[in-house]
Amino acid sequence: MTAAPAFPRTAAELGLAEQFHASLGAADSPARAEAFRRFESAGLPTRRVESWHYTDLRIALAIAAPLAAAPDEAAIAAAKDRLAKLPRLAPARIVLVNGVFVAALSDRPPAGVALAQPPASPTLPADDPMLALTLALAPAGIAAAVAPGAKPPPIEIVHCFAGEGPRAVYSRFAIDIGADASAAFIERFVGAGAETQRHASTVIDVAAGGALAHVAAIEDEPGLHVESEVVRLAERAALDAFGFVAGGALVRRQIFARIVGKDARIGLAGLGLLDGSRHADTTLEVVHAAPHGSSREFYRHIVADVATGVFQGKVIVQPGAQKTDGAMKSQAILLSPEATMNAKPELEIFADDVVCGHGATIGALDPEQLFYLQARGLPQAEAEAMLLEAFGAEAIGRVADSALAEALLTVMRDWLARRGRGRLS
Amino acid sequence: MLEIKNLSASIKGNAILDGLNLTVKTGEVAAIMGPNGSGKSTLSYVIAGKPDYEVTSGEVLLNGENILGLAPDVRAAKGVFLAFQYPIEIPGVATMTFLKATLNAQRRARGQADLTTPEFMRVVRSAAQGLKVDPDMLKRPLNVGFSGGEKKRMEILQMTLLAPRLGVLDETDSGLDIDALRIVSDGVNALRGPDRSFVVITHYQRLLEHITPDVVHVMARGRIVKSGGPELALELERNGYRDYSTEAA
Repeated sequence: MTAAPAFPRTAAELGLAEQFHASLGAADSPARAEAFRRFESAGLPTRRVESWHYTDLRIALAIAAPLAAAPDEAAIAAAKDRLAKLPRLAPARIVLVNGVFVAALSDRPPAGVALAQPPASPTLPADDPMLALTLALAPAGIAAAVAPGAKPPPIEIVHCFAGEGPRAVYSRFAIDIGADASAAFIERFVGAGAETQRHASTVIDVAAGGALAHVAAIEDEPGLHVESEVVRLAERAALDAFGFVAGGALVRRQIFARIVGKDARIGLAGLGLLDGSRHADTTLEVVHAAPHGSSREFYRHIVADVATGVFQGKVIVQPGAQKTDGAMKSQAILLSPEATMNAKPELEIFADDVVCGHGATIGALDPEQLFYLQARGLPQAEAEAMLLEAFGAEAIGRVADSALAEALLTVMRDWLARRGRGRLS
Repeated sequence: MLEIKNLSASIKGNAILDGLNLTVKTGEVAAIMGPNGSGKSTLSYVIAGKPDYEVTSGEVLLNGENILGLAPDVRAAKGVFLAFQYPIEIPGVATMTFLKATLNAQRRARGQADLTTPEFMRVVRSAAQGLKVDPDMLKRPLNVGFSGGEKKRMEILQMTLLAPRLGVLDETDSGLDIDALRIVSDGVNALRGPDRSFVVITHYQRLLEHITPDVVHVMARGRIVKSGGPELALELERNGYRDYSTEAA
């Protein structure tokens, strides 16, 4: 059999097509139509697609939930109540409810930052069916542009879901860092429940000499969370991005980064705390298309119960990207015999004068360390929590903003304490 | 204080302890000497409760209570302290954080309230001073990058803070220069008292010049084969362990 397998459309794929044609009107927007066509030609990714090998959405996404409605007054009021209880992690807050920017819930952006609609058809250095689907179905969204040379205080973007029952929420957000500007953005995902299917996209563009610190945190429990970050770094640009996954039944975070200017630097890091039957997949593709670039990837996972973690990191050094300096590390601790971690670091190097390396470790807690702590009087659960906290804290240490790092540490400590209590019961 | 009766233990199917009997009186410092491979470290691990060892027979009584079925932390709360031959490095855990957690965990297990931070700082500072432990060391991750001498001083610092009833010192002299040996020995001697006992495991007599034992036991092939006063250590120093290499069989 040499013919390509022709899969029949799944119920979810048919549902998505119906939603696209009914709600947004393909005729109105050629860019959306083109995005949807790209999604349709690929279909929901299966394990036959290399970059989706460990997360088969054709199986996992059985039914496409109805699109969440644009927020009405009631939804905005509900979001307002929720946000009032959400401690701020940055001085300025921008709010999207069900993917729609809500000025009434947002602060005025700080000086040097302007909000606008993102371009309808961004030219993206990434081709992924789920990213295409998000661009096809998401409301217009919002873009934050930091003026050249500006250094505004940190801004948090709160992606709030408001609604009942099974709903799909799509969102588009974009960050443009002007030349020599420097900024910090925290994207927070809140309000979703087991029946929520979330598709989020963030397009990041850092101009020459610009610097961005970016943190994304899943703070709720969506049934599905698919998040795509698309990054483009110009000459001397720098990005430090951190992904914090402590919630969600099925999570896929994918980052497509492209270094197009020389002397650019990218640091990607993250921490996954996976318990129960969660499945969380972080997949990276970092392309060095210019010389003298540096990339660092540092991901840690703590996987308990019957949860599954996935880390796929691919660093591509294109011809001419000489003097590239790359190092990738993925480390995981498994806390139960049924916990699974799939780690696949890859290097594709087409330049001859580069320094690139990668390493991956997967293991249990060190019994020698555990015994040492217990011999000093720490009960087993406390000894484990101490070692796990140290393990996770080293990843969180990549977050430069100390108040933000402290907030993430608190979430981790709560998670560890819950685990400890659960184990004793 | 400590009564070990007919203790046999193995690791991965290899029998190491073979019907060992040992009594350490309250307030006594007992030295255990023996050739390499005689089971000295295994004895210390079995007393402390290391999970790798399988106890195949016997009892370890601490003040009359058999502690063999207890978790290591429960034994610690009852007053057992093992000073490790090779203290374990714990990356990412600041020494101070560790010390406070262990001290309070033991206090909680005994129904005492946690120490307040100022109280804790006071006791740590005074203990650290006595053992010439640099305050900078306390900020570093536990044992990570510590020299051999620093690690051993940290063990004794922990023992000082936790004030156990039974201190088991496993080759505490290994890897120490003369100055460090004196500091560590002074630290141990300061803890000697009528209510506290020590089991001092060592291969060499050298440590016993600084920590004078009340009794000396010779261990070979998993048992105590001879017991005597401090003069026994001197005899071993002169003759070596050759007299004991076959005797235990």
